[in-house]
Amino acid sequence: MAEYKLQTPLSDEDVSKLKAGDIVYLSGTLYTARDAAHKRLVELIEKGEKLPFELQGAVIYYVGPTPPKPGEVIGSAGPTTSYRMDSYAPTLIEHGLKGMIGKGKRNEAVKEACKKYKAVYFGAVGGAGALLAKRIKEAEVIAYPELGPEAVRRLVVEDFPVVVVNDTYGNDLYEEGRKEWAKE
Amino acid sequence: MRTIAYNDIVKAIRDTIIYSTTHLSEDMLKALQEALQKEESPVSRAVLEQLLENAQLAAKETKPLCQDTGLAIFFVKVGEDVKIEGGSLKSAIYEGTQKGYEEGYLRASTCDCFTRQNLKDKVGYNLPPIIYFDIVPGDKLEIEFAAKGGGSENGSRATMLAPAQGIPGIRAFVKEVVSNAGPNVCPPIVVGIGIGGSFDMAAVMSKHALFRNIGSSNPDPELDKLEKEIQEELNKLGIGAMGMGGTQTVLAVHIETYQPGRMCHIASLPVAVNIQCHSSRHAHITL
Repeated sequence: MAEYKLQTPLSDEDVSKLKAGDIVYLSGTLYTARDAAHKRLVELIEKGEKLPFELQGAVIYYVGPTPPKPGEVIGSAGPTTSYRMDSYAPTLIEHGLKGMIGKGKRNEAVKEACKKYKAVYFGAVGGAGALLAKRIKEAEVIAYPELGPEAVRRLVVEDFPVVVVNDTYGNDLYEEGRKEWAKE
Repeated sequence: MRTIAYNDIVKAIRDTIIYSTTHLSEDMLKALQEALQKEESPVSRAVLEQLLENAQLAAKETKPLCQDTGLAIFFVKVGEDVKIEGGSLKSAIYEGTQKGYEEGYLRASTCDCFTRQNLKDKVGYNLPPIIYFDIVPGDKLEIEFAAKGGGSENGSRATMLAPAQGIPGIRAFVKEVVSNAGPNVCPPIVVGIGIGGSFDMAAVMSKHALFRNIGSSNPDPELDKLEKEIQEELNKLGIGAMGMGGTQTVLAVHIETYQPGRMCHIASLPVAVNIQCHSSRHAHITL
């Protein structure tokens, strides 16, 4: 279990050194998107149109924050459950996405895409929305404002804490962690 | 007859929603601290430490513990000798919910289940809530509130077992549900189990079971023993905090049965499992 500090956008070299269970502190730009935004992004790719942000090397954070209070950058901003994005994620990975942040299991297609095109799936602590918001320094809606909490936002983060769940070698922290601690 | 003012109900609900979504309940706080003492896995301990730090920060800044501030769930007991003045009880609950969520900067998470369009403009901010009414003797109005997140709801299940499957069948079903849910439901969790009644009632009871204080005993000694046995069995799965591997997955198991008599139909054994994530946001109001 190693610890890394990484700056986004991520390169193939960055993600290749990561192994399931490693702790990573991310700094730089993240983009937020949930199911509704993913559906639109994949439709743009299929039509060969331009996305609202550069996908090459990008990290997407699965989050639908609470509204900010006056003077706040963002409200509570912890991860949402990732499987809802499973049907869209492989297309984005194939087109340059290097990292995803969420919580919960991914399907085989996502894990395969992580191996084939070199991308990683990070877990953040679900329910730690107030704490994680502290690491977000800027937030701006850049697409689909009509989706409300599900709009695409550009976030600037500093030392945003995540754990590698699925790496580029096919390892899965959820499966390995559970095997290690199961008492049957 | 005792009179309760409509506006008093609205205010009580609004304030309760804002307080309970920003202050982790005392019983959960204690349960997480105890889990941290007992947890053997370092990665799970690190998660538990983050959760305790999050609770401290949320309370200090009156910031939501979790961005999923849930659907608003109410179990309401209306005393037969209570009269509401100035409007209906149902609209007071709606108004209190809308005010609490909007003025508390909480998330509007209700949508049309087909178009997926948010209902905040069409129906109201995080409206409608889900309300279960009961009429009871007396002159009090008792309201139980929970902000219930989507992640742990998605991992919940109900089934109709054959009576012959009995307690072993119940245990196997609960284990299957918790095992499949794994990291998705934000462990460590509380497992609410509704047994008996009808298909729908089992699910309602499994949700109401989550209102019981963590660490409290089941008044039925036989069920109390079963709860502890199921908890021990589930903790052997190794899921751990946020599913990253560990020994403290289930903080409590709460069973509720249909009273009187732990009733169900002679042909059936309904069982429902409702999961509560570690961000337990429950409150109790008596007016």
